[in-house]
Amino acid sequence: MTLLQAGFFSSVPVQNALLIGAGAALLSGAAGVFTVLRGQSFAGHALADISSAGGAMAYLLGISPLLGFFSLSVLGALALEAIGTRRAAARDLAAGIVLGAGLGVTALLLYLDVTVKGTAGAAVAVMFGSLFAAPPGLGIAVALGALAGLAGLGVIYRPLLLASLDVELARANGVNTRLLGGAYLLLLALAVTLSAMAVGAILSTALLIGPAAAALRLARNPVAAMALSALLGLLCAWGGVWLAYQSYGWTPGHVWPVSFFITALVLVVYAAASLARRR
Amino acid sequence: MPALSVAGLSVMLGGREVLRDVSFSLEPGAFCGLIGANGSGKTTLLRTILGFAAPRAGRVELAGPAGYVPQKLQLDPDMPVRARDFIELGLNGHRFGFPFPSRARRALVAEMLAAVDAETFADQRIGELSGGQQQRALIAHALIRQPKLLLLDEPLANLDLRAGAEIIALLKSVAARGVTVLISAHDMNPLLSAMDRIVYLANGRAASGPTAEVVRTEVLSALYGYHIDVIRVHERILVVAGERGAHGAEHVAAIP
Repeated sequence: MTLLQAGFFSSVPVQNALLIGAGAALLSGAAGVFTVLRGQSFAGHALADISSAGGAMAYLLGISPLLGFFSLSVLGALALEAIGTRRAAARDLAAGIVLGAGLGVTALLLYLDVTVKGTAGAAVAVMFGSLFAAPPGLGIAVALGALAGLAGLGVIYRPLLLASLDVELARANGVNTRLLGGAYLLLLALAVTLSAMAVGAILSTALLIGPAAAALRLARNPVAAMALSALLGLLCAWGGVWLAYQSYGWTPGHVWPVSFFITALVLVVYAAASLARRR
Repeated sequence: MPALSVAGLSVMLGGREVLRDVSFSLEPGAFCGLIGANGSGKTTLLRTILGFAAPRAGRVELAGPAGYVPQKLQLDPDMPVRARDFIELGLNGHRFGFPFPSRARRALVAEMLAAVDAETFADQRIGELSGGQQQRALIAHALIRQPKLLLLDEPLANLDLRAGAEIIALLKSVAARGVTVLISAHDMNPLLSAMDRIVYLANGRAASGPTAEVVRTEVLSALYGYHIDVIRVHERILVVAGERGAHGAEHVAAIP
């Protein structure tokens, strides 16, 4: 058994994986702070689940998975907004309905992937990710998507923070909270899409919520929380890629799932932040 | 020109007429209590003035921008927003664009922190503040854009006597600077020494006037539909619910 594998940085799939992981972690980390503050973790998970239908559709149609995941998560965001997102109970109801519908469509599309296209690995790739098998060039697309998402988040930062504190107060200050909520859901859809690229649709909530929840326990102000959350997410993503690469030497011929390592590191980071806060 | 003018306002909520033909106006610098039992329509009136609820009839006219202080923020103590961040959001929380730091903005926030005596807890998380401290931060948040009218929804509801008295003194100084203050409360006693006008809501209707005219046994008893005693203790007025003649008098004039 070889504990440390050489050639980590020179491997093209690793470079691609690092770029995808970075884009996903940075946007999900920053956007996740607001997801936690606004109590929209379940909505984020619902968007991730419906995006899996897009991932399955991409396999079926032979289009870019990024386009597939993003188009369906945007559709999910619009559905959430249309059903009603003002009250917490209505938000959970809308998220539950969207989540159920999304997973149902995913089940059908994955069935068609296997029976029509013969892509047996589609289910695992869509739901749990396959970073090392990501198409070349996807890394650049994810990085550009993350930059666009971060810029959008910067533009709506102040009204979003105010509305996250108190919706009525934001409205009294002249903020169109409905429009703002819609814009944020679109950004969330983008973040979820990028995370789904890295760790799969089912596990993308981990990158969205875990680093943000840890950062919120430690940071002194919202900007610091966003920066810390993005940094923690990046460490988890890159750490996960490194550990998965090394795992080839632990069980020769097999690479353990990157998603497992990333989500395990997210759990460790959150637990460490909780302990640090208690002290 | 009045700072706030409400004329013939009627508002329906869930098929029920919550406010019916409500009219009153407030001059600049007035300190006015908006009084009424729970469910009498105080919050609906404030929401309608702010434009959150559409009236079925009537109109609301404001002389300038209004600041708003909600009853209480329901905040997670983990939310990393300091009191000074929150006050700054009153200034630019409605603006889109990157939040670049600004020296002038920081100076204005520092001025506002001093004005509401919040310097000692400026760097504490707002979710960890006491009720009175949070009210000070909320008032500073509302005042930082220099509104002509300040609307407060039950700001004393969760405060102890001392914190309540401090908030009233603060609001009195705000009114003295020319800002019209409209403050809702279900218990008028803490406000009696400060307010110069009252808008009283009962059964969807409103009565308004100078405090001395409204706070009288016969007027309040008619408004509440229940006997109310107005008594004077050490030069201060107290309003208490009581049974007619329970203590041998409707008015107790000076209890030593």
